[in-house]
Amino acid sequence: MDRAVHDRGGWPTDAPIDRSEHDLADWELLTDALAHVLAGKGLMNVDELRRGIESMPPDEYEQASYYERWLYSIETILTEKGVLAPGELNA
Amino acid sequence: MTYRVGQRVRIAARPHEGHHRTPAYCKGKTGRIERIHASFPNPETRAYGEDGLPEQRLYSVGFNPGDFRVSVDIYEHWLEDAE
Repeated sequence: MDRAVHDRGGWPTDAPIDRSEHDLADWELLTDALAHVLAGKGLMNVDELRRGIESMPPDEYEQASYYERWLYSIETILTEKGVLAPGELNA
Repeated sequence: MTYRVGQRVRIAARPHEGHHRTPAYCKGKTGRIERIHASFPNPETRAYGEDGLPEQRLYSVGFNPGDFRVSVDIYEHWLEDAE
């Protein structure tokens, strides 16, 4: 069955699972906080966050870290809603 | 359709392009209802800025894909009667 890149469950692999933990960087904590503030203000919900992550090109998805995917999604969804202008964060 | 605990159900194998919470690995599998959780706004429409209404009932479905057991949470509109 065809599946999207994020739909990982049941993929056959012999690769070991990386269970290592790491301290979160400030930008990662801020990204988490930003998503919660946006939800609290009704600007973006968790289902939209997931949908934005799932819209990443597969190779970018594979390269990105957990919160890099969140940032990609937040920028995508907020741009879609007109809260951000296209490319505004690149200025 | 509402399902009861213990009932045999099939998880729909239909393709779905947009956001949905039915993992590919369980599509088309047959199992039994283990638990009825509650109803929640439908993430498939909520992911596109809608209100997710009407709410969809969420079930825990158990099946054996191999020599192990899996329980997966599946929304009602992804289930089919397999009695």
